Amino acid sequence: MAEITTVPFGPQHPVLPEPVHLDLELKDEKVVRAIPSIGYVHRGLEKLVEKRDFKQFTFVAERVCGICSFGHGWGYVKAVEGLMGIEVPRRASYLRTLWHELSRVHSHLLWLGLAADAMGFESLFMTAWRLRETVLDLFEETTGGRVIFSVCKVGGVRRDLTGAMRTEMEEKLKGMRKEFRAMSDVFLHDGTIQSRLAGIGVLSLQDARDFGCLGPMARASGLPLDYRCADDEGAYKDLHFRPVTEQAGDCLARVKVRLEEIEQSVGLILGCLENLPDGPVEVPVKGFPPAGEYFTRVEQPRGEAVYYVKGNGTRNLERFRLRTPTNGNLPGLVKILQGCDLADVPNIILTIDPCISCCER
Amino acid sequence: MAFETKSPWLIHYDGSSCNGCDIEVLACLTPLFDVERFGIVNTGNPKQADIFLVTGGVNAQNLPVVRQIYDEMAEPKVVVAVGTCACSGGVFRECYNMMGGMDKAIPVDVFVPGCAARPEAIIDGVVKGLALLDEKHRNLKASKTYGVSEDDPRTIGGVRE
Repeated sequence: MAEITTVPFGPQHPVLPEPVHLDLELKDEKVVRAIPSIGYVHRGLEKLVEKRDFKQFTFVAERVCGICSFGHGWGYVKAVEGLMGIEVPRRASYLRTLWHELSRVHSHLLWLGLAADAMGFESLFMTAWRLRETVLDLFEETTGGRVIFSVCKVGGVRRDLTGAMRTEMEEKLKGMRKEFRAMSDVFLHDGTIQSRLAGIGVLSLQDARDFGCLGPMARASGLPLDYRCADDEGAYKDLHFRPVTEQAGDCLARVKVRLEEIEQSVGLILGCLENLPDGPVEVPVKGFPPAGEYFTRVEQPRGEAVYYVKGNGTRNLERFRLRTPTNGNLPGLVKILQGCDLADVPNIILTIDPCISCCER
Repeated sequence: MAFETKSPWLIHYDGSSCNGCDIEVLACLTPLFDVERFGIVNTGNPKQADIFLVTGGVNAQNLPVVRQIYDEMAEPKVVVAVGTCACSGGVFRECYNMMGGMDKAIPVDVFVPGCAARPEAIIDGVVKGLALLDEKHRNLKASKTYGVSEDDPRTIGGVRE
C-alpha cells in the first residue's frame, strides 16, 4: 500500500491566473483528498460600503472582479434601485442586458483560451484570445473601457448606443460568430482534446444539487439552474431565454455548455440590438437609500451571484453582502478532484472556471 | 546590451488584484499585442524569470508569497508593478485587509498606472524595465561579487572562496 504524499498546488502556478492553494493528498498518482485554502485575494471591500457614498460604491462593486465586472456593477445598482424603488427605463435595461451578455462572451472566450492553455494547446489559446479582442473592441467603442467599464449607475446607464455603433456591433459579432464556429469545431472534434476532457472529473446530477453547484458547472451535470429564466429586469423575458444544459457532467460537458452559451449570448445581443426600445437611458436619483433591506440576483458567467444591501437612510449603506458562484462551486471541485489523476488536476480546476477574486472579494 | 534584454522572460503573480490587470497582462501575450515578437516569454518558474510582473496590492496572506517569488528570482531582476492597486492600493486602499501597494513588500522598479492598466501601458512598463535590467546587469558584472551576495559567509573580500 502506497504512502500518502502531499503535493502543494498554487498559489503561484503556471495554469492559475489567480492565486488559490490546494493541498493534494496523493496515493501514487491518484488524488485521495484535496484541501483548498483561500484568502490570497481577500481585500474586504464589502466593508468599504461604510466609507463610500452609495453612488460611488458602484465603482468599487465593479472591481470585485475584472472579468465579470459589468455583472457585479449591475447586481449592486439593481439592489440599490430595488431598495430605493427606482424604475429603470426599458432602454437602459436592454443596454444592461446587452453589455452583460457581451461580458459573458468575453469571459467564456477567455476561459476557453485558458482551458486550452492548461491542456498545452497553445495555438487554440491564441485563437480564443484573438476572437476575444473583437469583443473588447466593441466594449471600448460603446463604453470606453476594455475590461472595467463603469457604465452602469444607480438609475440607468451612463452611455447610449448610436445607430452607427449598432450596425457595427451587429457586423462584428456576426463575423466573430463565424470564426468562433470554426474554433468551436476544434474543441468538439479534436482527438487530443477529447482524450484530455471526456470522462474526466465527472460530477453527477445528485452531487451538483447536494453541493450547491451553480452556473455552467451545474448545467453541465443536467441541472437547469439559470437565474436569467426568472429575471424580470433585463430583456431575457422578451427574448425567450432558455438555459443550456448537458448531461454528462464531465470536463467536456462543461466546455460544451460554455461553447453553446457563447452562441446563445451572441443571439441574445443581436436580439437586444434588434428590439432596442427608444427612450431615455437614465432617470434622476434623488435622496438616499431608505432604511430597509433588499436582496437580488444576477446570472454571472460563472453562475448565480446574490447581492444584499441594507440601508439606514444616510448616504452610506449599512451593509453590502455578495455571494459569488465560485464560492458555491468550490465544494463540488473538492468532490470531483477525489480519485482523479494528478495530471488531470489543472484541467479539472480550470473547468469549474474559478474566479478567486470574486470568491474572496 | 545584456543578453537578458534581448529575450526577457517574465513571471506574473496576482497579488490581490481584481483580475482586470491580470487579464490585460495575458492579453499582451496574445495575437493582438503579441509581446513574443520581442522575445518576451511568460514563464511559471521564478528561477527562469528576469521580470516580475505583479498586479494588485499586498495583504498579510500574499506578502510571504510575493517575497518568496522575488527571492527565488536570480539577479539581475526587475519588478514591474502593474495597475493602480499595485502602485498604491488603488480603490481598495482603505479596505481593512490591504497593506498598500507592492512597494510595501518588495522593491519595485517600474510603476504602471491604470485601472485596469492597458496592454500598451504594460508593454511600455516592461520596455522601461528592460533598460533597468541592462543597467543592473552591467553593475553586477562590474562588481566582483558576480552572482554571490556580499554577506554570504563564504565570500571573502568580494571573491567566493
